[in-house]
Amino acid sequence: MDCPTPKNEFDKILLAHGSGGSLTNKLIRNLFIRHFDNDLLNTEHDGAVFNLNGTNIAFTTDSFVVNPICFPGGNIGELAVNGTVNDLAMCGAKPLYLSASFIIEEGFELDKLELIVSSMKDSSNKCNVQIITGDTKVVEKGKGDKIFINTTGIGIVHNSVDLNPMNVKTGDKIILSGTIADHGIAVLSARENLSFESKIESDTAPLNDLVDTMLSVTKNIHVLRDPTRGGIASTLNEIASKAKAGVLINENKIKINNAVKAACELLGLDPLYIANEGKLICFVTPDDAEMLLIEMKKHPLGKNAEIIGEVIDDYKSKVILRTSIGTKRIVDLHSVEQLPRIC
Amino acid sequence: MKFLDEFRDAEKVKILVDQIHSLDPPPINIMEVCGSQTHTILRYNLEELLPKNINLIHGPGCPVCVTPIEIIDKAIYLSQNEDVIFTSYGDMLRIPGSQSSLLEAKASGTDIRIIYSPLDAIRLAQENPHNKVIFLAIGFETTAPANSSAIIIAQQSLLNNFFVLCSHVLIPPAVEALLSSELIKLNGLLAPGHVCTVTGTSWCEDISDKYKIPISVTGFEPVDILEGILITAKQIISDEHHTSNQYKRVVTRNGNITAQKIINKVFGICDRNWRGLGEIKNSGLKLRDEFSNLDAEKVFELNSIKHHEDERCIAGEILQGLKKPFDCKIFGNECTPTNPVGAPMVASEGACAAYYNYQAI
Repeated sequence: MDCPTPKNEFDKILLAHGSGGSLTNKLIRNLFIRHFDNDLLNTEHDGAVFNLNGTNIAFTTDSFVVNPICFPGGNIGELAVNGTVNDLAMCGAKPLYLSASFIIEEGFELDKLELIVSSMKDSSNKCNVQIITGDTKVVEKGKGDKIFINTTGIGIVHNSVDLNPMNVKTGDKIILSGTIADHGIAVLSARENLSFESKIESDTAPLNDLVDTMLSVTKNIHVLRDPTRGGIASTLNEIASKAKAGVLINENKIKINNAVKAACELLGLDPLYIANEGKLICFVTPDDAEMLLIEMKKHPLGKNAEIIGEVIDDYKSKVILRTSIGTKRIVDLHSVEQLPRIC
Repeated sequence: MKFLDEFRDAEKVKILVDQIHSLDPPPINIMEVCGSQTHTILRYNLEELLPKNINLIHGPGCPVCVTPIEIIDKAIYLSQNEDVIFTSYGDMLRIPGSQSSLLEAKASGTDIRIIYSPLDAIRLAQENPHNKVIFLAIGFETTAPANSSAIIIAQQSLLNNFFVLCSHVLIPPAVEALLSSELIKLNGLLAPGHVCTVTGTSWCEDISDKYKIPISVTGFEPVDILEGILITAKQIISDEHHTSNQYKRVVTRNGNITAQKIINKVFGICDRNWRGLGEIKNSGLKLRDEFSNLDAEKVFELNSIKHHEDERCIAGEILQGLKKPFDCKIFGNECTPTNPVGAPMVASEGACAAYYNYQAI
C-alpha cells in the first residue's frame, strides 16, 4: 500500500514554522541549536545574557515582517523598536542601543518609509534608547513584501537581577500585566479587512519602564516574559517546560477586551494562543505578589494586571487551566497556526 | 459578554449538574451530533462533571472532517493550474488529501487564499479578471445559504471567471444512517443547534418518532449542552421520545425560510460520500443545472484523479461513535495536528483534535 500521509517531518518550511508553536521549537532545537550549540544560546531565552568585564549585558535580535505594515494601534516601525526593547526588558536589562536593518521592496513609497522611520524615532525616544547603526537593502519588486525590519538591541542587566525559569518555585504567583490577544486580532482584522463594531487596536508598547518599576519594588521576581507570537499559552508552556514545574491558571482571571473576545468567538480562535506586543507575564514569590500587583496597577501599562495563577507541585512541565465553570484541562503547545473555522 | 457569559456561568452549570446527578441515570449513550458541541465538551471538560453512567458519543457533525478525500485531491489539482486562484475557509487547508494538503500545496507555490466569506471569492474574481477563481463550497445546512447567495450573485453579475467546487452535505440523512446502524446503540441525541436554525426542527420530530429516540435541539455553550443532556436523560429515564428545543433563543420550528429557499434555488439533492462513513443516500447538495457554468466539476476535467485513504485512520468508527480517539493506535503519536493522518485531527471541531488540544486531567 502507498503511504500517502503523514510525513514525519516536512521537507519545506511552512508558515507554522514561524508561529511560535511546537514546529517553531522543533526548528530551533533540531536545526539552529544543533548547529550553533553553545551555553548562551541553549538557554532559549528571548535574549542572551553574558558578563563583560563585570557587567551583565543583555543582547537580542528580532525581525518584523508584519502584514499589513500599518494596523490599528501601530505600525511595523513601532513594533520593531518595542519588540526588541521588550526582549531586553524581559532579561531584566535596561535597553541602551539598537541597530535597525531594512529590507525594502523596489517600488515602496518613500512617504511610507518616512512614516515608519519617524515612528521608530518616536518609539525609541519613549524607551530612552538610541538607534546607532543600521543597514539598508533593496530587493526586486516581487522578491519581498513592502518592507521587513530587523532590530538588534543591547542593554545592561540591573544589578543582582537573575531572571531564569530554573528559579521558579512551587507557590510562585503568576501575574499577567493586562488584556490578551489585542495585537493578533488587530493585525488579523486589518489584514483580512474584517470590520468589527468596536475598534480593536494593537497593544504594542515598550515594557521597559513597567519592568523598571517592578524590579524596584521586589528582588523576588523569578521570570519575566512577553507573550508575543503563540500567546500566553505558548509562553507559559515554555516556562513550565524549562522549570519542570506545574503551572495552574484561572480562566476567570485572564482579561480579554470584549471586542477581541467577540472576534475570537466569531473566527473560532483561542485567545490564549494569540499574539500580544505590550504585555508581560511575571513569576514572583507568593509573599511579594500582592505588593507587586499594587505597584503594577499604578503604571499605565499594568493597570489591568492580575494574578492569573500559580506554580503547583503536580503536573510537572504542564500548563493546567481551571475553566470558567471550575473544571480543569491541559493547555498544550499548539503545533500549528490557528486557522479560522468554517462554522 | 451578552449571550455568552450567561451560558458559561458557573452557578448555572452547578445547578444543572446537580439536577443531572439527582436523576441517578442508568448507563446511557447520548450523541452530540455537532462538532462544535464536541469542541465545547472537551474545551470545558464537561465529562468531569457528569455521572459516570452518561457516555457522550461524538457524532459526525464536523463538516471539515467528513468532506471526502477526493474533493481535497481535486482542490489541490485545481489549485496547481497557473491561472487559478483557489479559495477556501481556513480550516480546510490542513486536511490531508491522498498525497498532501492544500496548505502544503500553498507552500509549494500555488495561489491558495483563505477567505472568510464566499463574497471574498466573488471580489477576488472581479479584481482578477484574467484568473479563474475557484471557491471550495463545503459544509452543512449552516454554510449553504451564504454560499448559495454568492453563487446567485456570480450568475447575475455574469462573472465568467468564478467557479465552485461543491461538497455540501446534509445532516438529517447522516443522523438517520447512524440510527439505522446495528453497530451502535444510542439512547438520545443532542441535535445541532446551528443546522436547526436553518432547517427548523420538524426533521428531528420525524426522527424521534421513527426511531423512538429523545432529541434535544441544543446550543453550544456549557449551560446549553448540560441542559440538553438533562432534557434528554429525563426522557430516556421516563421512556419518552420526542424532540425538545433547548436552543429556543435561536431555533424556531420552521427554521429560516429565506435561507431554505435560497438553498433550494441553487442546489439539488444528491448522494454524497462522507469521509470515513462512505456514501449516504440523498445526503449531499449539488449545483442545479442552471448553474453548471459555475460548477468546477463540469467545467474542469477532474474525473481522472485517483484517491486513496490511509488505512490506519479509524475516523469512520470515531465519527459513528463506535470508538473514541484514544482507542486509535496512531492517535497522538503518528497522527497529530502537525502531521494529521485523518481529518478529525485537523479541524477544531474534529473529535481527535479536540481530544488532542483539550486533554482532560
